[in-house]
Amino acid sequence: MSKLIEFKNYSMGFRNEKGQINNLLDNICFSIEEGKAVGVVGESGCGKSMTSLSIMGLLPTSAVIQGGEILYKGTDLLKKSEIEMQKIRGREIAMIFQEPMTALNPVLTIGFQIGEVLKIHFPNLKEEDIKKEVIQQLELVGIPNPEARVNQYPHQFSGGMRQRVMIAMALICKPKLLIADEATTALDVTIQAQVLDLMKRLKENGSLMVVTHNLGVVAEICDKVVVMYAGRVVEQGSLEAILENPKHPYTRGLMAAIPTMVSSDKELYTIPGTVPNIEDFEKGCRFFPRCEYRLDICKDNIPPTKRLMNNHYVQCWLEFEGEEANDDFNNSQSRKSD
Amino acid sequence: MTSTILKVENLTKYFDLGTKWLQPSKYVHAVENVSFELLQSETLGIVGESGSGKSTLARLILGLIEPTGGKVIYKDKDITGWQKSTLNKVSREIQMVFQDPYASLNPRIKIGDAIAEPIIAHKIIKGQSEIRSEVERLLKIVGLQPEMYERYPHEFSGGQRQRVGIARALSLRPNVLICDEAVSALDVSVQAQVLNLFNHLKKQLNLTYIFIGHDLSVVKYISNRIMVMYLGEIMEMAPSKFLFENTLHPYTQALISAIPEITTKASKKRIILEGDIPSPVNPPSGCRFSTRCFKVQDICKEKHPELKEVMPNHYVRCHFIEGSQGRGE
Repeated sequence: MSKLIEFKNYSMGFRNEKGQINNLLDNICFSIEEGKAVGVVGESGCGKSMTSLSIMGLLPTSAVIQGGEILYKGTDLLKKSEIEMQKIRGREIAMIFQEPMTALNPVLTIGFQIGEVLKIHFPNLKEEDIKKEVIQQLELVGIPNPEARVNQYPHQFSGGMRQRVMIAMALICKPKLLIADEATTALDVTIQAQVLDLMKRLKENGSLMVVTHNLGVVAEICDKVVVMYAGRVVEQGSLEAILENPKHPYTRGLMAAIPTMVSSDKELYTIPGTVPNIEDFEKGCRFFPRCEYRLDICKDNIPPTKRLMNNHYVQCWLEFEGEEANDDFNNSQSRKSD
Repeated sequence: MTSTILKVENLTKYFDLGTKWLQPSKYVHAVENVSFELLQSETLGIVGESGSGKSTLARLILGLIEPTGGKVIYKDKDITGWQKSTLNKVSREIQMVFQDPYASLNPRIKIGDAIAEPIIAHKIIKGQSEIRSEVERLLKIVGLQPEMYERYPHEFSGGQRQRVGIARALSLRPNVLICDEAVSALDVSVQAQVLNLFNHLKKQLNLTYIFIGHDLSVVKYISNRIMVMYLGEIMEMAPSKFLFENTLHPYTQALISAIPEITTKASKKRIILEGDIPSPVNPPSGCRFSTRCFKVQDICKEKHPELKEVMPNHYVRCHFIEGSQGRGE
């Protein structure tokens, strides 16, 4: 299966007021295969959103890329100019954001805002063709009565409907990759179920990257899971591997901390402390201060990424059954600065 | 036998949208005819989508807004509505923890002073040093260090701020704590810490909780009984165990089936409700859930169902649920 997006030892950080660079994303390696859905999970401050914004080339101005590549169909997105990126954004790779309430312009009709994407990417299209296309797209995402709805404004739509409008806008150019950044977080469960159902159907036409803190959402639609902690990929593997056989102490803690429908009323497992700030990252393993299995070696040495069975990777000093060293992930710890 | 600590009788709140000339006045039917009893030392969970009236109900109980009708009775005393004196002894026994730990603390007030404020206002303790040691005791109870007294809110993480919010609510030594989406804004690892804290405090201080949330698995974890609300009405109310093992109301069934489960097993049959929660300005006639119900019949659109006790302690509002087995007609 061919890789649509491949992160190769990608690192980025932020420049602070003093001009120093604090590294956030460190040596990120994972790929998104064609027609598959990848879930990127972790708590806030773990660099999930920066990962997705890196693909789009929409990083904030204080961000500094420190090395590595993000390959899209084999070419490096980081080397592309702004004009080249504009052609990719929206057309090849599209993104849905968290807040459907703020992502739409309140003074323009829904129809205009969706059609605008087509107008920019296909300037030769006729006005009536655009309208037809927009109505078709609205119908596809399950908005009733689309002929009338195209002329309405965002305030006339409910939260769930606005998120559908956002999805319609993202899909109108039939992108190869759709990035959903906490796209269902602000929605009620019943509406979330509707949107997840819709996103599941999208997989037939392209790849999906789902950025979320909700492991339930990942279990629902993803084939592969990437677990991030404080800017590093601590574990990745197939959905089965991560959910049924999690290895990294962080992944295991995360899963034990979530109350589920089957959990008893015993005390919940907790990971002590919180995700550290970017200035407070440890030199070695960034999970070190919160880890209950920590070893002496963890404090000052970046843990190696080890390959377990079936493309299941763990970045940890602990020893696991069937592990083998993985050179792809470890050979270039050569960030320009730290 | 545990005693009833709080009793809510036919509580109703309509928000007036203002009258236009020659037009009938419009009301938001936020809470309609809600009655329940809260038992000493239990945790009552309230779930429902946004717009179902959960927060309005909490505000009505606290007396922050005036109800349109109905009564709130706390330990046999009527405490309905806005109290003339906010220093009323009864009202301070019911306290609230709010959703947003970022918005509910004043950034320019040291957290120690923020916790001390209600103690001073209610004159619970007098004397500078006594107040300070009380605040330090509260900080310890919620799992913060007493040295944090001097710090400002921006120095705290979301979970720590929520602990400050809890300490502040506890400063008046309440019997009943209303938690309105108190863990919704927190990350999962922090959420687990705060949920455990709630459970510890319950035992330690003999508290009674009303726990409002939209995440059913969280509410199930913490609650003894759960009340499901939809458009201002109670749809189903039962002990947590019964609610999940013997789900009777179609809305509760849909709500439970909509939760994405962390499992790789083939997903259970999912009930996907169509559309959104209708506007509470013109709630549907008959059963309020009739516009989205997958079991809807003609009678649902015409006749308003009553809340019935179909089994001991298990209340359901549906035309098609009757008798002990919960299946009828």
